[in-house]
Amino acid sequence: MMLSRVLSGDLPRNRLLTAVLIVIVAALALAPFVFPGAKALNVAAKICIFIVLVASFDLLLGYTGIVSFAHTMFFGIGAYGVAIALTRLGPSWAAVGAGIAGALALSFGLSLVIGLFSLRVKAIFYAMITLAVASAFQTLASQLSEITGGEDGLNFKVPEMLSPGFSLAQQPFLGVSLDGKLISYYLLFAITVALFLVMLRIVNSPFGRVLQAIRENAFRAEALGYRTVVYRTSSNVLSAGFATLAGALLALWLRYNGPDTSLSFEIMIDILLMVVIGGMGTMYGAVVGATLFVIAQNYLQDLMKLASGAAAGIPLLPDLVHPDRWLLWLGVLFILSVYRFPAGIVGKLRAGK
Amino acid sequence: MSSSAATAPALDALPAVRPDRLPLLLLPALALVALPLMGSFSTWVTLTVAGLAMGMIIFIVASGLTLVFGLMDVLNFGHGVFIALGAFLATSVLGAMADWTASENLLLNLLAVLPAMLVAMAVAGAVGFAFERVIVRPVYGQHLKQIMITMGGLIVGEELIKVIWGPQTIPLPLPAAFRGALLLGDAAVEKYRLIAVVIGLAVFAAMFWVLSRTKVGLLIRAGVQDREMVESLGYRIRKLFVGVFVAGSALAGLGGVMWGLYQQNVTPQMGSQVTVLIFIVIIIGGLGSVGGCFIGALLVGLLANYTGFLAPKVALFSNILLMVLILLWRPQGIYPVANR
Repeated sequence: MMLSRVLSGDLPRNRLLTAVLIVIVAALALAPFVFPGAKALNVAAKICIFIVLVASFDLLLGYTGIVSFAHTMFFGIGAYGVAIALTRLGPSWAAVGAGIAGALALSFGLSLVIGLFSLRVKAIFYAMITLAVASAFQTLASQLSEITGGEDGLNFKVPEMLSPGFSLAQQPFLGVSLDGKLISYYLLFAITVALFLVMLRIVNSPFGRVLQAIRENAFRAEALGYRTVVYRTSSNVLSAGFATLAGALLALWLRYNGPDTSLSFEIMIDILLMVVIGGMGTMYGAVVGATLFVIAQNYLQDLMKLASGAAAGIPLLPDLVHPDRWLLWLGVLFILSVYRFPAGIVGKLRAGK
Repeated sequence: MSSSAATAPALDALPAVRPDRLPLLLLPALALVALPLMGSFSTWVTLTVAGLAMGMIIFIVASGLTLVFGLMDVLNFGHGVFIALGAFLATSVLGAMADWTASENLLLNLLAVLPAMLVAMAVAGAVGFAFERVIVRPVYGQHLKQIMITMGGLIVGEELIKVIWGPQTIPLPLPAAFRGALLLGDAAVEKYRLIAVVIGLAVFAAMFWVLSRTKVGLLIRAGVQDREMVESLGYRIRKLFVGVFVAGSALAGLGGVMWGLYQQNVTPQMGSQVTVLIFIVIIIGGLGSVGGCFIGALLVGLLANYTGFLAPKVALFSNILLMVLILLWRPQGIYPVANR
């Protein structure tokens, strides 16, 4: 009962899916203790950040039926907000707050303007406009090098408690030293859980139902008396806000931000793949998709290196399974999932109870 | 236009539609405004030719996309793959004919570039045929899926190009006789840009002729206006559409060769980079219109070169600026397509 309240009544509704989600959450919660090493912790943190980012994109794409290519722009605004504030104001919590507040204000303003300007027309038009705006923003960020650090990006110090040098206790706990990295990770994890539950709440509210109605049939929703433009724009603004927060988390974790880490078009494509493979319009799809993708990104290459070595001598095949070509296979998986199981892994699991 | 329709007296005659010529004035207007800002006439000539050349190449690339959208309501986010494919094929073909491209003889150079273009067009067209079959056909009429599936096509296509040609940037030097500039009075005009203008005009003329003087063109224009009506008259618009898709892909391949020679190097990512530019162009033109696409492409090319000279930082955003201005003037683009 309690759990159902926390999950806003939107349970996984499938045994296997429940099991998968429990494993993912447990693994993320215990990551520093179960998976030792800096790389594993980085992967876990990246999964957390992308869960927020992908869930916020799902709010827009899966629940409202809007394709936006400007999602990384808001992600980047959040990351740059924190990065610039910490560079300028020094490493303090006030600076983090100021950076996030400034970034949120900018994101809200921008998403509101873009939404009102172009959400009145067809989905396809919106997709193209956001693509153009996002690429202009990326150019802008790399050009304003006095503020953003240009192509090199910004390296900055985070509040002392989160910096790797800080230590909570002399004695390591269960073999893990209680340093700033660990605190950062748990802060990140807690915020991820909180933001995810908030988004789950939003999509299961009456407001979320209207968004789904607009996705299914915008004309009908309008005829029922809902101002679709208002709802679409609100969805756009909300999703931009969550993406901004995800960006802020990224900057705090990496203690660095540059155009390639938060603004690039490649990340946009990654998000799209995660949402679709995980399952659009399910929220849990974001968890499954982000986990699968980030793990594939970091570990599939090792596997492919083995395959590539094994296939040596056969023409073309070694090139196809070359470790750098991992995106090729995820792209194929993406196309197949759009055709074969449009509701992604989560939808497939739920359908086959 | 409404006033001309209202004043037409005869009931039995269709009211004459006055062609909308106002946007045509944009080009000379832009060029004239730029003239006093340049300082010298020769600079202006150089920049204008450069801008027109760039515009022509963009037009060749974008024309197929706009027709495909106008005819079938399919927006191909994977169009960029055909551009990159054309450019990479050019590196292979021209690389194989290094003897001819290195010679100073213009004829030999042309004999090397021509097959490169033909190969690029043929292969891009063939791949376009397969792309339409496998990727686009199952998702007609579903915009959301179209955007995603063609995006998936872009990802896979880009990766396959990396598999075949490798992920690195490949230089694509101009043939010897195309290099350098001609002096027209004081103005230096790069030879390759002149060639690009000539090829671009030829493509535009051919396209204009096909669209306005042949039966196929009549059907395409009618299909853009009202697809169902053409279907109900017994024409298989789907076959027409496949033809347009293949032709558009082939043109993208040709455009890729020219864009690659223009940049003098090619990268697997060039397709997705150019995609933003051609989207801006077809939005400016009014999604689906060939004439609008032509004017839009030339405007983008001219403005990019003028601002690149006057204020290089502004030049990076000149396209977006132009798009916003045009959309404020005509929210549906220069030549809106009737039923969209």
